[in-house]
This record gives sequence, C-alpha cells and structure tokens, in this order.
Amino acid sequence: MQTTDLAVEMRGIVKTFPGVIANDHVDFQLRRGEIHALLGENGAGKTTLMNVLYGLYRPDEGEILVHDKSVAFDSPQDAIAEKIGMIHQHFMLVQAMNVTDNVILGLKSNRVIVDEKNAEKRIDELAHSYGLQVEPRNYIWQLSIGEQQRVEILKAVYRDADVLILDEPTSVLTPSEAKDLFRILRKMKDEAKSIVYISHKMEEVMEISDRISVLKMGKLAANVMRSETTKVELARLMVGREVIFRLTKPPVKPGKPILEVSKVSALNDRKLPALKEVSFEVHEGEILGVAGVSGNGQRELADVLTGRRTVTAGTIRIQEDDVTNSDSRKIVDLNVGFVPEDRVDVGLIMSLPILNNAIIKNYRDLSKGPFLDYSAAYGYAEKIVKEFGVKTPSVKYPTRTLSGGNLQKLILARDLARDPQLMIACQPTRGLDVGATEEIQSRLLEQRMRGHAVLLVSEDLDEILSLSDRIAVMFEGEIMGIVHASDAVLDDIGLMMAGSKRIGADQS
Amino acid sequence: MTSRRLNVIAPVLSTVAALLISAVPIYLQDVNPIFGYERLLFGALGDKLALTETFVVFAPLLLCGLAVALAFTCKFWNIGAEGQLYAGGLIGTFFAVYATSIPAVIAIPATLLFGFLGGAAWAAWPAVLKVKLRVDEVVTTLLGNWVMTYAVAAILFGPWKNPVTGWHESPAISDTTKYPILIAGSRFHLGIIVGLLVAVVFYIIIRKTKWGFELLAIGANPTASYAAGINVKRQIIIAAIVSGGIAGLAGIGQVAGIQFHMETDLSPGFGYTGVVIAMVGALSPIGVVLASFLMAVIVQGTQAMSRATGVPWALAEGMQGIILLCLLVGVFFTRYRLKVAR
Repeated sequence: MQTTDLAVEMRGIVKTFPGVIANDHVDFQLRRGEIHALLGENGAGKTTLMNVLYGLYRPDEGEILVHDKSVAFDSPQDAIAEKIGMIHQHFMLVQAMNVTDNVILGLKSNRVIVDEKNAEKRIDELAHSYGLQVEPRNYIWQLSIGEQQRVEILKAVYRDADVLILDEPTSVLTPSEAKDLFRILRKMKDEAKSIVYISHKMEEVMEISDRISVLKMGKLAANVMRSETTKVELARLMVGREVIFRLTKPPVKPGKPILEVSKVSALNDRKLPALKEVSFEVHEGEILGVAGVSGNGQRELADVLTGRRTVTAGTIRIQEDDVTNSDSRKIVDLNVGFVPEDRVDVGLIMSLPILNNAIIKNYRDLSKGPFLDYSAAYGYAEKIVKEFGVKTPSVKYPTRTLSGGNLQKLILARDLARDPQLMIACQPTRGLDVGATEEIQSRLLEQRMRGHAVLLVSEDLDEILSLSDRIAVMFEGEIMGIVHASDAVLDDIGLMMAGSKRIGADQS
Repeated sequence: MTSRRLNVIAPVLSTVAALLISAVPIYLQDVNPIFGYERLLFGALGDKLALTETFVVFAPLLLCGLAVALAFTCKFWNIGAEGQLYAGGLIGTFFAVYATSIPAVIAIPATLLFGFLGGAAWAAWPAVLKVKLRVDEVVTTLLGNWVMTYAVAAILFGPWKNPVTGWHESPAISDTTKYPILIAGSRFHLGIIVGLLVAVVFYIIIRKTKWGFELLAIGANPTASYAAGINVKRQIIIAAIVSGGIAGLAGIGQVAGIQFHMETDLSPGFGYTGVVIAMVGALSPIGVVLASFLMAVIVQGTQAMSRATGVPWALAEGMQGIILLCLLVGVFFTRYRLKVAR
C-alpha cells in the first residue's frame, strides 16, 4: 500500500572505497512519474549512488526504500525484480554475443532451449514503440557506441522497468536523437514511470527534469525544483565557482597541410563500407572539427589514421610521409598524438603504474641500448604529470586509481609533452566535468596557437563549434561538407549530420 | 595486508595446509606424521647429500618455472614447457653425442645453445599460430607436449637407440659435454648454476630493459600497447621462443647433468610443475626461485620420507600433488578477499 508517492527513497547512504568517501550521508527521493536529475561533476558520487540503488554496491550505511518497502539488494537481480533498470555510462554488454542474447541474458525461464525467436519479436516491437532502432541479430562488437546504448535501454525496457536510471545517456547521441530520447522519457513519465537522469550537462537537465539533486564531492549540495532554479545557480552549486561557458579563440593563420586524407575508403568490422572516399586536410595552426552522430565512420576514421585499420582505397599523408596502412609505430614515431575514444581499453594500461603509461610512447628515447633508464623515466613522468595537472600522490600508483578527468589529462599529457605536429583527439571531453573539460579544450587550443594541427572528432556540437576553425560533417562514412566555423549555419550542420544536405566542393 | 606480503604468506599457509591434509593418510599407514615430516625435512635439507640432491631437482624446476613465468608475463599461456624441455634435450643431445672432438670449454656452451634452440623451436610454432591465426596457445602447447614426448620415444625406440645396450635411450653424450660436478662427492652440477644465472637474467630483463617494459605492457593491455606503437605480435613470438628455449635448457640440463643420455622419461612433469611454480611465484624471478626451491624440497623430501618410514611411494607422490593443489588455492586467495556480508 502506498502512503506516499515516493517510488524510491534513499536515506543517509554512505559508501566508501579505500581512501575516498564516494557517498557521504546522501538522501535522495524519487517521486512517481517524475524525472529527477542527478547533477554533479565527475567524482561527485552520482554514479556510485545509483550503483547502490541498482544493487551493484552495498552501502556501508543507510536505507533504501522502494515504494515504501525497505529493501536490501544483493545484486542487480534483486533490483531488477523490484522493476528498477539502469543504463550505465560504461556499457555492460557482452561483446561476443548478439543483441538478442544480451537483452535476454540472465532472465529466468523454464525452457531448456532458449526461445530466441520470440525474444527477437518482442525486442523488435519494443524497439519500434520507443524508436530504438537496432538489428537484433547483430553482434555487440559490431555496433557503434550509440547503437550499443540503445541495446542497454532495450534491456531495461524488456524487463518491465518502472524506475529507469540513465547515466549520462546523451553523451553518445546527436541533438535530434537526444530529443527523441527526451520524448521517450516524457512518454514514460506520462505512464507513471519514474526516471533518474544522471548528467552534468546543464542544458539537458534544465530541459528534461522536474527536480534536480546536486551532488558535490560525495555530499548532497542541494535538492531543487527545476522551475525554481537557473543554470548559473546550478553551476555554482556543482563547482563552487562561476564557470565560464565560452572559450575565446584568437585568430591564427593556418599554414601548410600537415595531414592529407585523400579518397580514403575502409570497411568496418562487419565488412561493410564505413568510409567512402573521405577527403580532407588539416593545416598547421588549425583545428578541424569532425562532427556527426556516433556510428557514421568516426571510429573507423580514427582507426585508419592511427594504424589500427587498413584502407581499401585512398591515401593518407603526414607531411612528406605516406602513412597509408602503416603500423601504429610509424604514426607514433612521426610524433602524432592520439586521444582515443575508448580511453580505458585503447588509451591506457590501467593495472600498470602511471609511470608506465606516461612513458609508453617515448620509452625508447629514455633507453640506452636494451636498458631502460627508470630513474630518467620517473623524472620525466613526474614532470609531465605535474605540468598537466594530473592529480596523483605518485606516478608509481596504478593508473586505475585516477579519476576520469585525470585519466584523460594523463593521455593528453604524454602526447602533448612531445609537442606533436598533429593531434588526433576523439571525444576528448566526453563524460568529464566542467573544470576538466575547460582544461583539455585549452590545451587543444594551445596546440593550435603553437602552429600545430589538431583533428577533433567529437559528438559534442558545442565543443566543435567553439573550438574548430573549420568543421567537417560525417554521415554514413562520407564527408557531407566542410565549412568555416565562422560562416557555419547551425541548421545546415544539423542537416548534414542527418544526411539531408551536402555542401559544395570546398574540400580544403 | 599488501599483496606482496600476501604472495609470500599464501604459499606458506598452503604448505602448512597440505602437510596437515597429508598427515591423515600417513597416520593411517601407522606412521607418526611428525616423524614422517622430520624425515622429509632431513631428507631434503639434513646433510650434504640431501641438500645437493634437492638442488639437483631444483635446477629443472627453476628453469621451467622461469620459462613459464616469462611467457605468462605477456599472457602467452605456455603450457608446453614439458614438450619444450624434451625438445631441448633431444636437440642438445644430438649435438652432444657427436661433439667428441670439441673441448669442453666450447662444447658445453654449444650444447646449451642447442638445447635452447630445440626448446625455442618447439615453442615457435604455437606462437606463430596464435599471432597469425589466433589459434589458442593453451591447446597447441599442451598437445605439443604429447607430440614431442611420443616423437622422442619413437626416435629412441627406433633409429637412435643405444647401440651398445639396445635400451631405449640415446647413445651416451661425449664426455666433453657432460656438466662438471661442482661439489665433490655429489651430483651438484653446472645446470644448477645455469638455472640461477637465468633467474638473474630474467630479473634484469623484467626490471631494467625496454623489452621487459614492453612485455609487461603487452600482458596488461595488448590493445593499448599496440596503439602506443609497440609491435605486440613480434614481441609475443619472441617471448614465446625465449620461454621455450629456457625450458629446453632444463631438458638438456637433465641430460648433461644427470642422465648422460637422452631418455624417454627425462622429466617426471617438470614442465607442468613449472606452471604452478610460475603462478605461486607471481611471475617474479625471486618468487619463482623460492617456489621452485619449495617444490624441490617437497619432491626430494617426500622420496626420503617414503624410504625412511616405509610409507608407499605412491603416497609420497600424492603429497606432491596435494601440495600443488593447495598452492593453487593459495594463489586464488592472493587475488580475492573473502568478506562476511551483513
């Protein structure tokens, strides 16, 4: 029997990990039919709090009530049984299995042989009714990040979730897809479903939520109704300072081309065309931003530029060198910096010390013959960690002890310290808080100021607009157009991202 | 407790547990376990004979443990040390039998080299298959053990049997290739020093060289290592080959130090024990040395205990197995903690 209209109540939740209090006596209430945003910087405790609700963590102290019933979850299975579903920022999908299997994994059934046909049918129906387009037979490792997220949402919806927790969901969606997501969420709200929306994007939070809880450094900083607050006030609550939203960009005269991509075609992991005769150049002293929804070839583009995928046609040149289909080593030796989209698996070795990651591109220079001079390496690592503001007690600590923002700063530090002539940065600020985002964007602008070339691949249109000198839009493996940022018409860019428009032969 | 300390405590506790478990069948044989264990310790460490014999067993265990540890560092799961040991013995012996006119100063290093190459070659093909065709190396190296041991048997029962005795062993190796005995009146031979030297080289490689740095990176995250410019495929093949070579040194060590012929039963499973030793030793050179010595004490000691107490030899062998199992369980507890939940 419901005496209040609280779908979920969390009281005095405390959760600690070695050395850090992730949640410090946090209270949280989710009303039925409400969209409640959890706002805060990276490391504020939002994901941890929801992981506790979802049964992934046991709180050290505190109570959880679902529909006024006190619960203690031993695992997500218990949370799912209480009709709580969660879509994580870092997906929890089995790469080697297909969509259908991932959705039905873990469901109890009396049958010995799995009923895939019916599952597929239901998945198709649900996908249609919520507008989540996925092909049930595809394997997860073949899907782009955006498509994988849709599978995650399907998983929750398939299990009749009443309470839906979304962790930074739009970090992989276009503006129009985000609008679709919001439409879905509003529909769910109308059907008395309750939604927790974790984000640090002010725009979205102000658009979609009814109520906002701000977390700062593990504590609840405020609990306000959206109608009673402003972006500026929220920013202040989150960060404790007034955050400057726009970066100023002084004009720099671009020089000769550093990166020349000419009619490059490549296949994706499903052996289908992912890049179709892509051509563009990036010059000294310029940032070329590549805009587009995830899944339109950006991943494959970064792969071919860094020696991780072969092209089926076309050439790639870095200054005088032809690097088409060359090994990753050649790219590194040509002093090309690379910030991969997937930081944890491609960018860093989490179990090794920060020192190892810091020197992994230039350890050969720190060696005499076969011997690596570890004391020189230590000094170098300390230097770059300090210079780029990576917060750690020592470079000997394992890399996994760093928070998200510091991981990214480390990746940037080790490449930027080598003063690269070309920097390829993919989603460099995704999932990072305002402070870290600012720092990283400043560094990229600095590269530009020093007369180097930067290729910025990002799904954050605001970032592309504020940082780029020229903007290329990718759609289904093609460059739909390249425009100067100063002349760019936002509607045109949106249309290009959606595939409805192409802009001229202006390819340079 | 730091994981380093735990890496030391876990094997100790495992050994104690194994001794307690084994005390039961010993007691059921009407033998006082305390007396049995006293004989075990004495038989392994008690006098010069015991100690040198323990070292004799220590050498091949150490080399196999190091071989496996090297491969495991870059996550090449080399379960084929046994076959690589035999391959090393075979090729090394082939040289050693016909090296009669070469002086020992050259013949012995050359024999070692051939032993190394034999083992290396037997690890090379699984490595190439893994890197080029993604064939699982656990399967290839493991099955390779049988292929090699049967090949050796076929050769020793057939074309290469001892011409003098007709026994299924190779002709005797040249005197110039026999390992010198380093402690008079014992079997303590050069192979033990070879093992310790390899341990030192291993240490230097992992802690001080570029190659060690690369192997650690590859083992921890090959994708990121490649993205950073490391030639992952090539390094895995090289590591596998060196690993096989070290196991080959164990094989030729048994020939040149103990048997003086290539035998069909050159090893009672040193290659397999090497896998457990590598894991218990947490892939570190010091850990492997300690774990190898522990196993040598057990092997040598249980034999002595069996002789002294009349406990059947099978029980002594069983004890070795119990200890291996307990050590493996101990490794698990270095990685996971138990916590009582509310």
